[in-house]
Amino acid sequence: MPIKFPSARAGLDGVAQDTTPPPAEQPRTDLAAADRVTGLDALELGGRSDKGALGVRIWRSAWPKLLAVAIVLLAWQLVVWAEWKPVYVLPGPATVFEDLGGLITTADFWDGVRLTMIRALTGFALAVLIGTVVGAAVSRFAPLRAAIGSLITGLQTMPSIMWFPLAILLFQISESAIMFVVVIGAAPSVANGLISGIDYVPRTWLRVGQVLGMKGFAKYRHLILPASLPSFISGLKQGWAFSWRSLMAGELLVIVPGALSIGVRMQQARDLNESSLVISFIIVVLVIGILIDVLFNAADNALRKRWGLTGS
Amino acid sequence: MSIAEATDLKTEVVRLDHVSKQYGSGANALLALDKVSLTVRKGEFVCLLGASGCGKSTLLSLVAGLDRISGGTLDIGGRHVSLMFQEAALFPWLSVAGNVELPMRLRGVGKAERKRRAQELLEVVRLKDFGHKRPHELSGGMRQRVALARSLAQDADILLMDEPFGALDAMTRDILHDELERIWREQQLTVLFVTHNVREAVRLGDRVILLSSRPGRVIEDFPVTHDRPRRIDSPEVAGQAAEITDRLRAEVARHAH
Repeated sequence: MPIKFPSARAGLDGVAQDTTPPPAEQPRTDLAAADRVTGLDALELGGRSDKGALGVRIWRSAWPKLLAVAIVLLAWQLVVWAEWKPVYVLPGPATVFEDLGGLITTADFWDGVRLTMIRALTGFALAVLIGTVVGAAVSRFAPLRAAIGSLITGLQTMPSIMWFPLAILLFQISESAIMFVVVIGAAPSVANGLISGIDYVPRTWLRVGQVLGMKGFAKYRHLILPASLPSFISGLKQGWAFSWRSLMAGELLVIVPGALSIGVRMQQARDLNESSLVISFIIVVLVIGILIDVLFNAADNALRKRWGLTGS
Repeated sequence: MSIAEATDLKTEVVRLDHVSKQYGSGANALLALDKVSLTVRKGEFVCLLGASGCGKSTLLSLVAGLDRISGGTLDIGGRHVSLMFQEAALFPWLSVAGNVELPMRLRGVGKAERKRRAQELLEVVRLKDFGHKRPHELSGGMRQRVALARSLAQDADILLMDEPFGALDAMTRDILHDELERIWREQQLTVLFVTHNVREAVRLGDRVILLSSRPGRVIEDFPVTHDRPRRIDSPEVAGQAAEITDRLRAEVARHAH
């Protein structure tokens, strides 16, 4: 039966069917049994509440964030008003947003963003590929795990900026030097996410796989890989954060001639003592970071909802 | 029914002869099963009854081929078995229908056929409108019915059930007893059902095999002859359950001395 008003109706349906006296003397028909089954299910499935109109929900999740932004802007403005530093060194929000507005309307700026994003996505994609292959290999072969399992965790704690001197010696001042550091920063997180996902596949699922006769590739395809997905996504998210940080460090340190990325433009602004522009780029990098984080969170939430891992 | 089919019903599909199972070795060895002999005939519903630790789950694992016997002989004549657990253990990344289709996918059954058969099985467990749902959207009893449909999708000759309704409330369990009895009859299944609930065993079984604890031994094999469909609260079921409980108590008391 269709459940129109979940919590209220389901309860009533169930009660209504429960109070119907079972025809004791007649043999129970299949139809009656079917009704009983549905009635009980309706009872158990009841209790889902609507969360209100879309506008209300957006406002509810948005206002704390807006408040936080307002507080930061206010504090910033107060520091400027207190004249802690001269205004040409620390300009106020109004000046910065004016400059930022001018900046994002230039084609040059978007060329820089495009270059940086292409680097970020290429590096991240490479890191995902390498991390996945290494993670799968490590979880599959015990000797490999003993050999490099802890090394992967060690690599994760390594500040990526430490790799740049070596990267520059290996690849000179080039895109490859930046890619090297981005990949080495992100791949361990991706690998670790996959390894822990595979390690913690619930025992009951493994037993079901055994009962269903899953072996070898089929077992990976139908059980291990899907089961490790939530952990893998956390690994991706963490990997992205590492690769984005490495990339920003790289763009400030490894200035490839002719490649006017966000980092290079920011360096130029500093060289010209344009504080306002430097702060504008900081805001740009922050916004890009937040946007990508929102994407990962959306993927994570969608998966949790699909799997029923949410708190409700 | 022809004579051939009638004799076919007498075919022994599971035969255990002095089967033992020991875990570990030396001083730490634990004897889980000690010379257990029993047979299950085609179309029979056999309940294995015992307190926890009597090795009844071990016995199912052995029959299912998930574990190896330490002694004796176990013969299922190369028949296919499926095993259902106390947890439904459905895969959350698949829809309800997807879970039921999975055993067929693994066997390489074509997509159209798979879908048709899954829908058919969902109708058997009375969940035909729930195929597109996710497992977490279902109640515990419904999930267990999906697990049953998934087991049936294996097209096994023998259905092994390891306390499948143990985690459900009494009312839901009662309903699922009716359902299982109906499906067993309609699909002509052979069932080996493990439980520690005496009434459940008498409610469902053609025979109730009582096992002792540590090590598991067959104490007695009770035939249950009351007419079906039975009710768990009927006087006949309650009466025989009391009789079996007494036998079990005597066994426990004997071990205590």
